[in-house]
Amino acid sequence: MREIKILFIVAFFTGLLYWGVEPFAHSKLHPHVEAPDYSFKDVQGLDGMVGNATAGAEIVANNCTACHSIEVAGFPALMDNASNAAAYGVVPPDLSTAGKLYDANFLAAFVKDPAVATKTTHKFEDGASHPMPGYSWMQPQEIADIVAYLQSIAPKEMTNKEVFANACQRCHSIKYGDFYGGSMAALTPDANIKKYMGVVPPDLSQFIRSRGEEYLHEFINNPQKHLEGTAMPRVGLTLESEKQVIEYLTEVGDSKKAEREALGAPFLGYLVIFAIMAWAWKAKIWRKVH
Amino acid sequence: MAEIKESFFSAEGLEKRLNGKKFWKVMMTEYWIPKDINFLWAMGVVLATTFAILIVSGIFLLMYYKPDTALAFDSVNYTIMQEVAYGWLFRHMHGVAASVVFLIIYIHMFTGIYYGSYKKGREMIWLSGMLLFVTFSAEGFSGYMLPWGQMSYWAAAVITNLFAGGSLEAWGLVEWIRGGFAVNDATLTRFFMLHVFLLPLVIIKLIVVHFYTLRIPHVNNQNSEDIDYDAEAEKYLAGNKKESKVIPFWPVFLSKDFAVLGLFLIFYFYLVFFNYNFAMDPVNFDPANPMKTPAHIYPEWYFLWSYETLRGPFFDMFGMKAGDIGLIIFGLAQVIFVVFPFLDRDPDILPAHKRPKFFIWFWIMIVDLLVLSVYGKLPPTGANAWVGFYATALFLLLWASLPFITKSDAKARGAL
Repeated sequence: MREIKILFIVAFFTGLLYWGVEPFAHSKLHPHVEAPDYSFKDVQGLDGMVGNATAGAEIVANNCTACHSIEVAGFPALMDNASNAAAYGVVPPDLSTAGKLYDANFLAAFVKDPAVATKTTHKFEDGASHPMPGYSWMQPQEIADIVAYLQSIAPKEMTNKEVFANACQRCHSIKYGDFYGGSMAALTPDANIKKYMGVVPPDLSQFIRSRGEEYLHEFINNPQKHLEGTAMPRVGLTLESEKQVIEYLTEVGDSKKAEREALGAPFLGYLVIFAIMAWAWKAKIWRKVH
Repeated sequence: MAEIKESFFSAEGLEKRLNGKKFWKVMMTEYWIPKDINFLWAMGVVLATTFAILIVSGIFLLMYYKPDTALAFDSVNYTIMQEVAYGWLFRHMHGVAASVVFLIIYIHMFTGIYYGSYKKGREMIWLSGMLLFVTFSAEGFSGYMLPWGQMSYWAAAVITNLFAGGSLEAWGLVEWIRGGFAVNDATLTRFFMLHVFLLPLVIIKLIVVHFYTLRIPHVNNQNSEDIDYDAEAEKYLAGNKKESKVIPFWPVFLSKDFAVLGLFLIFYFYLVFFNYNFAMDPVNFDPANPMKTPAHIYPEWYFLWSYETLRGPFFDMFGMKAGDIGLIIFGLAQVIFVVFPFLDRDPDILPAHKRPKFFIWFWIMIVDLLVLSVYGKLPPTGANAWVGFYATALFLLLWASLPFITKSDAKARGAL
């Protein structure tokens, strides 16, 4: 029984050390933040208003397509990415999928005042302004119509990669997504994006390992919570789209996750058998000397 | 030399030339170990196995790793982790084993301290073991640099910068170590050489020396009883296995080692598959960026206690700069365990529970090292800085008191 006592002491101190340098230390290094809010309560979005997609189509055609392409509705991009980036600072998004990717409340708030909705007003002081002008002069009903139209043209299903490409890739590269082909580089050239954001936004290839799922959800939902003052906008992804983004980050950055999780149990099972046999052999041998 | 007439190409001829049976006896069946031991005596074999895992997984990683600042990060995180079949498994095994090996080293070390297995003939075992500890530390540090992530870079920058402390600056030591004014490609390549060649070579040699130093004096036992090995071995060989106080290394001692090893491997592979972040810091999955300092820089958990002694004295004292005092204490912390046998003034070999004052000293030391480790990771601000300061002061006090405490125990027992 002395051995059990010793094992207990060793396990106790090892556990205490582990608790101290891992969960405890990390709780101090990375303070807890509030859970993500997917209804974007802090900005006045639709405010319960219901839009009319047909009316929205006309408003969008008159107000948005000068800068935005909408491939599915027959408004192709007028310039290539580099020229777009040079003209606007960052490549403007194609609006074909916005109705699916972004929360309707958030979209309405964004159209009204992009800097407020994205929580990036600190970037646009001293005369600088958000590359997309706000449409707060519109009637709330008109903004609701725009959102209804964007929702009506959006696809019902998108792959994880499509969600990433539409929601993140204008600024972020994820080179491990196409390591040899290079097709997963950011759409906005580095020089432009650096001028616009202050830094080149990080490549996201290993973010699933470096940040982890929980942090990514909290951060994407509201970047200011973990990194106050960051230039990264809150983009207003729905929970479903955000999950798809993180699934894509996992497919790319932790591509062997399924293999790892499947292999773990049989591996440990084999070791349990080894341990049982080793103990049985030990008992047999030691019976002769005790 | 006796001339051997048997053919080289025969079993007897080969045996005559190699003396395999005699070697097997000396190393295995007649290498005597005390019977009065517990599972802590299996840590040597657990360590040897972990080292073997490190060598094998390291060889697989070496086939794809590229020691170049432009290629290193992707060779690890893309080629090995995403492309190579089971590359992720070898990397996880390597990273986790590198961390767990230190846990076992610490257990092994404090087992030796607890049972007094470092003195009265066993000094060489202790010294070779401590040399192994220091070399493993260098091996761990150099290996941590190789993935060329943010922690690789900044840990390398901070630790190599220690060699620019105080008057060392004038010697140009830090530039010599780095191969440049900052941590750079030359630094990575030379630490790669150290990690995969020079240090493993030294470790393997030291393991041989460590084993050699304990083969003749024999290992200690739970009650530190002085055993007449010749008499007890004779008993065992005559068939009185139950009465004999000794057991042969093979198969009796190793059978117990394998049983312990079985449990250890379950623990280790559980970490490899399901809980590896403690050994593979998430921050290191951000590529090295000399222009961007991470919010928190800390070493791996096994260096935290000594790192905290570096940060402990955070204000100038005795007319010296805080940084210089920290550096001196840090330097001392690296080597102080080496002289343990010479600071212990108790002439008897006894387990700590039979040395009342030393027993208390032992557990305070364990708790102090724990506190230093935890606060070594936390930011050294506010109350944290003071905890670090007092824990460092206690650490020094414990070492200063060791000769007196051990002597006092001996006097109370009547041994002095």
